[in-house]
Order: sequence, then structure tokens, then C-alpha cells
Amino acid sequence: MHSVVCIKQVPDSAQIRVHPVTNTIMRQGVPAIINPYDLFALEEALRLKDKHGGRVTVITMGPPQAEAALRKALSYGADEIILVTDKAFAGADTLATSFALASAIRKIHESHPVTLVFTGKQTIDGDTAQVGPGIATRMELQLLTYVSRINELDEAAGRITVERRAEGGVQLLKTALPCLVTMLEGTNEMRRGNLPDQLRAARHELTRWDRVAAGIEDVTKIGLKGSPTVVNKVFTPSPRAEKAEMVTVASGRPADLAIELIARLGQRFPVVEAELARRAA
Amino acid sequence: MSNDAPVKKKRKFELDPRLATYKGVWVFIEHERGQVHPVSWELLGEGRKLADMLGVELAGVVLAAPGDDGQRFCHDAFAYGADLCYLMESPTLKDYRNDPFTRGMTELVNTYQPEVLLLGATTQGRDLAGSVATTLLTGLTADCTSLTIDMDNRSLAATRPTFGGSLLCTIVTLNYRPQMATVRPRVMAMPERQEGRGGTIIEHPLAMAEESIITKVLDYIPDDSRDKPQLPFADIIVSGGKGLAKQENFQLVWDLARVLGAEVGASRPVVQAGWAELDRQVGQSGKTVRPKLYIAAGISGAIQHRVGMEGADCIIAINNDPNAPIFDFAHYGIVGDALQILPALTEAFRQKLATTRRAG
Ligand SMILES: Cc1cc2nc3c(=O)[nH]c(=O)nc-3n(C[C@H](O)[C@H](O)[C@H](O)COP(=O)(O)OP(=O)(O)OC[C@H]3O[C@@H](n4cnc5c(N)ncnc54)[C@H](O)[C@@H]3O)c2cc1C
Repeated sequence: MHSVVCIKQVPDSAQIRVHPVTNTIMRQGVPAIINPYDLFALEEALRLKDKHGGRVTVITMGPPQAEAALRKALSYGADEIILVTDKAFAGADTLATSFALASAIRKIHESHPVTLVFTGKQTIDGDTAQVGPGIATRMELQLLTYVSRINELDEAAGRITVERRAEGGVQLLKTALPCLVTMLEGTNEMRRGNLPDQLRAARHELTRWDRVAAGIEDVTKIGLKGSPTVVNKVFTPSPRAEKAEMVTVASGRPADLAIELIARLGQRFPVVEAELARRAA
Repeated sequence: MSNDAPVKKKRKFELDPRLATYKGVWVFIEHERGQVHPVSWELLGEGRKLADMLGVELAGVVLAAPGDDGQRFCHDAFAYGADLCYLMESPTLKDYRNDPFTRGMTELVNTYQPEVLLLGATTQGRDLAGSVATTLLTGLTADCTSLTIDMDNRSLAATRPTFGGSLLCTIVTLNYRPQMATVRPRVMAMPERQEGRGGTIIEHPLAMAEESIITKVLDYIPDDSRDKPQLPFADIIVSGGKGLAKQENFQLVWDLARVLGAEVGASRPVVQAGWAELDRQVGQSGKTVRPKLYIAAGISGAIQHRVGMEGADCIIAINNDPNAPIFDFAHYGIVGDALQILPALTEAFRQKLATTRRAG
């Protein structure tokens, strides 16, 4: 049983601010965290290892400082961490990212055959949910997205059954191993790492792969070159031309304010007036 | 991830001649259990505008099993603006599975060569879009909030929130076709249904045997939707924010909602504090809503909330801070304590509805 978990280091977006004058992102002092959705994937992989034995390898494609996220993953109990990092990866969109990760996972597979590849459902900075399906497609693995539960895993028989979130319900799917699973949020809770794992995380030697080590020869498939999408412009949403019409009354009493508002509403918004009439009927 | 890429200067682009023949705008018609997901009709409404700008046809793409009502979905697609539909029927398309749907969609794209392909940003649409774009090695932009055509290059300019929703970015796919994008339900307006509007159905088989498909659907358990809030389709929503200060005060939102027959919404901190369920969260990481009337009490109007509700026809904001950002885009503003204004509104609407009832 060998799971490879793909994680991404992301800025804690709850703490990102946009500079009010220059409209640029103020990243200074914003802490970097493991993409929260990836923790559900990592915990699921660790649970499978608890149950079936084997190993968990955590991999990220990112800048050198992403090492911190990998060490954090070790402290939760992962066995091996691999940082895929190279200047040539810069500017990658989801297509180029899935290419680099798929190449690296194939490389991992050569020394330790992979049973399952895990990703989070999406990242909180990109929000695309495209990298998981991209990796599965590149590797020709069966793809199970939005998985809320792994019901059964039989490694000897090469079989897995899962529950997958669909639009109006839950799909129960059965497929063959190896396959790729993207985990839904709220499906489990990340464990607290134990002391030995925390100590190991600090000392463990990081495996760092550049493009060549990750088995990538064709540089036109990675980074900016391998990215069909191009960001044309970044901007702050413009406020609506007109601001709110402020409702005030001489008395200042809430009851009068409410009556005044409703009177004005009917004049300016016939759709709302009609909707209210429908409800009165 | 595209948003990590450096911003490039807009430039004129020579499309690879191999791809220059790609024409037409396509919308994936998503269905499950005999029902088309309304996001497909919303996308046809948007797709119609893009097709008209480009001077090309708008097509719906229906992948279905023989007993699935594929023909009916095509006729519905015509009523919502499609000029033609590609209908691919095969027993392997019985329930949604990545493998046969990816295979079917890629085959249609390679055969009929559309320049734009739009899908709903649903669990089905995103699953399919990611695999199709990777198979075709083309660009895909997720969760777009607006789409237009840059006529300089005939390229699809897809705008989406980035950096946790605090900024927007516009993404183009220059030298690849089709240009793909996903859009969330309720972000685009529902087009008017035009009864009797016809179109052409182009049937295309899928040569795929069930035995060759590894993933099997064992069961499908529909959600128990009776008690679930249906925020995206509510016509009136009363939403409360952290400004209500205490869980008990959130009851005031429910009181007004009950009088109006409205759904109750909430901002994220309210959900995080456990005053309301996750299904009620409005905004970027919650639901996108498009009611006729949205009443926001004690909500600041942060961009992540705004993107989920600015499509409302009429927004009423109640906030005790006259400088709250929500007043920059609401239609009506009341500066005051929501704990006093909400009960006053509840009473005033009760009276109003009673009067209308008597008059009618
Ligand atoms: C990645 C990311 C995703 C997010 N997704 C969402 C999302 O989907 N939905 C969402 O809502 N937020 C989301 N947020 C959070 C968002 O940035 C804001 O923090 C949030 O919308 C603020 O909620 P609020 O206005 O209720 O609370 P606050 O920011 O605390 O504002 C409370 C408001 O109430 C007013 N107030 C206080 N007391 C009273 C009173 N007595 N009467 C009237 N008014 C009063 C205050 O003036 C203030 O304007 C997201 C953030 C991030 C980083």
C-alpha cells in the first residue's frame, strides 16, 4: 500500500489584504500554510496506512520555501517528502502543473509502486479543482473526484469502492487500483502529529528534484511555455456606478424608516413589488 | 494557478492555422436523473451572446444513454437559444463517469472543432472539464464570473476571482482550441425560454464497450432535499452577518424571512460561529444567489460576500457603519442598528402583505 499525496503551500488567504491605493496584493507577513483541502487527502492516506500498512509519500511542486509544508506533512506521520522545484516550472497553469506532477509521480512509481494518488478537492488560492483530474488524465489513472468516503480497499484484488459527491446525491463507485482520488472537505480531521514524528520532521533529509530528476525532458510542457492560459490583467472589482440610496426619516424611528423604505421600494423595483404581491396572494 | 503567471501585455496573436478552422460556441448540457442542471441553460444564455459576437452558431452537447431523454434535452436547449445540438447516445453514458464522458466529449471536439466550450462548475462539470482540457492539451479557466470575446484575436476573455476573491483576473487562451471555461450555477442570468424555437440535431455515436470501462457505478443515493435550504433559486433572501453580534439575535433574520416567505442566508463568519448551516453561506466559498430581493443585515459587504449576491435585482443593506463597503453597491441603505431595524421591517412587511392581501 503506497499513497502519494500531492499538496500545495498556499498563502493563508484569510489574511491577504489588497493595498487600498495601489490595488496590489500585500503578501508581507502573510503566513504560508498547507492548502486546507489537501489535509483531508493526507489524513485519508495516513488512515489507509494505519489500516493496511505501507507508506505515504508527500510531494509538492513549488518554490524552495515549500519545504516547510512538506516538513509539516512529515510531522503528521508521512514517510517521505519530495520537493519538485525548478525555475523552469515558474508560471505554470494547471495543465503545466499536472504535467510536472504526473512526471514526478511516475518517477516515484519506478522505485515504490504507487497504489493511490491523492489530492485535495481544490486549492484555496487557485480554486480550480483542475490539477487532480489533470494528473489522472496524464497518468491514465481512473479518476474519483469529490470523494467523501473510502468504503472498501482491497489491495490484493486491486479494487476500491468510494462514495462520491454528485450534484443531487451521492454516487457509489467501484474502480481498479491504482487510481487518483480528490478528497472532499470535512471528511475527516487531521491528527495531531506525535512527538517522534515531529522530531523526525525536523531532522529528515528532504528529497529535492529538479526538472531532470523529475524525469522531464520536454521543457515546452512545463512552466510558462507549457501553459495555454495567459493572465491578461489583474484588477479590483469596480464599485457599482451609483451608491446605495440612503433611506432616512425626520423622526429617525426604526418603524418609520421601515415604512419609508417599503414605499420607495415599490416605486423603483416593480419586480420586487410583484414578488411581494405574489406572496400576499 | 494561472494567477501565479506574470501579467502579459495584450498583443495581437497569429493563431496556428491548424486551429484557425475551429468555429462555434458549445455548451455542455449536464443532466442527472432525467433533469438538466439549470446552469446549462444559464450558460446557453451567455453562450448566445458570445456566439453572436463571433458570428457563429451556438451548440448544446448532450451525452446520454438511450433511455435518457436526450432528444428532449436537445429541444429544451433550442428553446434556451441553441442553434444545434450534438447528441451522443450510448449505454455507457448511463450515469456520469469520467472515462466515457471524457472520451465522448473529446471525440466530438476533435470531429466538429468548436472554438469555445463552456461547462458548469459543478461536481460533474469540473470533473469532466479538467480531463477533457488535459486530453486536448488546451486551456481551461475555472469558476468564471464574466465572459466576453476579445475581437482582436477572437479569443475568449474569461474573468474570475483570484487571491481569495480580493482581486479579479482576466485569462485568455491564445494559441489553443477550444478555449474552455467553467461557470458556477447562478452567476449568469437565466435566459428567457422561447417555446417552439427549433434547431438541428446532429447524432454521433460513441464506439465504446462497457467491458472496456473500469469504473462502475454501484449505486446512487439522492439527497434528501426536503429540509435543505435551496438558496440559489430563492426569490427573496434575508441574510445576517457578524454584526448581529450574538446567535440569539440571528433569530431576527428568521423572523423577517418567515413573514416574507424568504430563505435565510448568512455571511461566512456567521457560519463559522455555528449560527447557521454551511448550506446557507452566501459568497465565494458558499452559494451564488440571484434573488429578486436580498436583505443584508449586519453584513459588511466584503468582496467574497459580494461576488455571491451582487446579481440580486435589489439589495437592501442595514449597517450601523455609514462607511461599510456594502453601501457602495446596495440599492437601498439604512444606517442603523440591525437589532432595531429588523423587527421594524418585519412588522412593516407584515402590514404591507396584509394590506395587499385585503386589496387583492
Ligand atoms: C478565501 C476566502 C473566502 C471567503 N468566502 C466567503 C464567503 O463565501 N462568504 C462570506 O460572507 N465571506 C467570505 N469570506 C469572508 C469575508 O472576507 C468577510 O470576512 C466576511 O464576509 C465578513 O462577514 P460579515 O460582514 O458578516 O462580518 P464583519 O466583517 O464582522 O462585519 C460585520 C458588519 O456588521 C456591522 N455591524 C456591527 N454591528 C451592527 C449592528 N448592531 N447593526 C448593524 N450593523 C452592524 C459592522 O459595521 C460590519 O460592517 C471569505 C474570505 C476568504 C479569505
